[in-house]
Amino acid sequence: MDRILFGDNQFFAVNHISDEKSRAQAIKFKTDQAIMKVLDDALDCGVSTFMCTTHDRIAGVCQAVLADPARYEGFKIYPCMPYAHKYANAVTELGVAGALKQYVPGNFFGSLFKGGMAYISKDYESIMELMIDAEMKMFKGIDTPVIFLQNVITDLLIGLRATEILVAFHTYIRKKYDAEAGFITMNMPRLVQLLTEAGVSNPIVCASINKAGFRMSGGREVYEETLRSKKFRAIAMQVLGGGAIPPKEAIEYVCGLPNIESILFGASSRGNIENTVSYIHHYDKLKAHGADRPVYV
Amino acid sequence: MVKVAVIGAGKMGISHLSILGAHPDVTLVGVCDTSKMVTDFLQKYSGVPCYADYKKMVAEAKPEAVFVAVPTKFHYAMIKDILDQGIHVFGEKPLCLSPQEGKELASLAERKKLVNQVGYHNKFIGTFREVKQLLGEKAIGEPYHFTAEAYGPVVTVRKKATWRSDPKEGGGCLLDYASHVIDLVNDLLGPVERVKSSLLKSIYSEDVEDSVYSLLELRSGLSGVLSVNWSDDTYRKMSTSITIQGTKGKIISDANELKVFFREADCPPGYSKGWNVKNLTDFQENVAFYLRGEEYSSQIDYFIDAVQGKVPNVINNFHSAWLTDHAISLIRNTAN
Repeated sequence: MDRILFGDNQFFAVNHISDEKSRAQAIKFKTDQAIMKVLDDALDCGVSTFMCTTHDRIAGVCQAVLADPARYEGFKIYPCMPYAHKYANAVTELGVAGALKQYVPGNFFGSLFKGGMAYISKDYESIMELMIDAEMKMFKGIDTPVIFLQNVITDLLIGLRATEILVAFHTYIRKKYDAEAGFITMNMPRLVQLLTEAGVSNPIVCASINKAGFRMSGGREVYEETLRSKKFRAIAMQVLGGGAIPPKEAIEYVCGLPNIESILFGASSRGNIENTVSYIHHYDKLKAHGADRPVYV
Repeated sequence: MVKVAVIGAGKMGISHLSILGAHPDVTLVGVCDTSKMVTDFLQKYSGVPCYADYKKMVAEAKPEAVFVAVPTKFHYAMIKDILDQGIHVFGEKPLCLSPQEGKELASLAERKKLVNQVGYHNKFIGTFREVKQLLGEKAIGEPYHFTAEAYGPVVTVRKKATWRSDPKEGGGCLLDYASHVIDLVNDLLGPVERVKSSLLKSIYSEDVEDSVYSLLELRSGLSGVLSVNWSDDTYRKMSTSITIQGTKGKIISDANELKVFFREADCPPGYSKGWNVKNLTDFQENVAFYLRGEEYSSQIDYFIDAVQGKVPNVINNFHSAWLTDHAISLIRNTAN
């Protein structure tokens, strides 16, 4: 994985600290061109991996990338699925079975229904595979070396103790897409423990990791200990702690941690992208060259 | 360890189950749902005993506390039955379809000294808790007007009927979105006592309202505006906010951001004259297990703590949920 990954929250009005900013972003990124302009800026700053939800509008990004192979040579997308709000609203309205019926493609689910519930009950993993295929359709032709399960689903499955489904996701992504599975979570220490116990070696785990301890369930210390002692590939997201930490300080902290393979961030302007990228390079260089320099943890 | 069972494994029930499954003080002893597909899944992966009949589950699993997350029309009979058996109850919102039923449940729970709570999660959000604190300190003087709002994209196209579109089953924007906002007003500013007039407008739904606009008067005499619309797809998800105008300042808060204006320099520590902007990150504490928002874990932690006698059963109890049911019925009765 690249050291720096570019996220998509800003494009889809996801802002954890301000509804007002969300609205401003929704207005700013009304067109696909506006999104592509920022992705181009990121690319110019050397950030060539875009990590994004399977939001409908990503189809437009994929088309733009496919339409200009020269410009986007080496450009990668890490899809994060599912786009949870779509399913959450459907579950509230139609129930779990109704929602699945609506979103699982083709006649498969219908014929399962006709075939009787006993059959379905043994085949949750097939249903999951079909849903992955449906979500992956828009990325046909795009380089997607890592495919993520969104935190709402990862964490739901952790609480339900359905680790087998997490493992099944991991297995299917490798088999069908020749890609690596990643997991986004708000409960990193617990997930790493579960995956390790289930025999998933060196998993890719993306979690909130920041100096403010924001959305680090169980506290910062447990996260730092997990980074120090467990074997997994960590991606730090929400490094600014929802805006609570100044960028320079935020990046200094994350770059000083052990075992952070990648840093994920999103930004709406070229200036902010340049700043964040240069901070990451700066603190990485310090860490590489200055063993005597203070490093967090 | 508290032995807990869950009735209803839809969106909220599944979410509760997951949080309970990760809770260090909880043993899940049963789940009940009418969908065999859902219970088979849970039985297979979670190993929790599953049932299709809640009475059978309660008799066999012998829970000390039960979560009820079924459509509202079933709340009264189910919760009454569970309380009668001496079991603590966490119910989803709204409490009941009629205030009489809610009042009866609140009295019954109190008489039997059972812990009772309803899932109005806004009270566990840091920004709204801070608003309550500021109001308690009279930081903005005497409030003289409020606007309480919620918007989001639930019903955005015409479609065929589900339980959400049947008022007898607890469907409609008033019982769903608006109940959260009314409950927040009740908590922050005092219970709604009178409703001057209300507009319940359908936008896409045929049998229920998709929006609620109402003029409320509270016990304190304070009056204000309620404006709720669940057919607004300019919002990504439900967005609840409250604006309170007071003699010494003004508060505007949603679940993420708190903005406070003070007219004078005499204001609480951490604030100054003029505008102050704070975020959830300034107030919200980490939870041990996170799913969908800290508030969902916090409300469950609070309930389990109350069952264990560690905290008083004062936030979101049936009595406060009944006050919200009462306000809902006033709004319905004054609708033009």
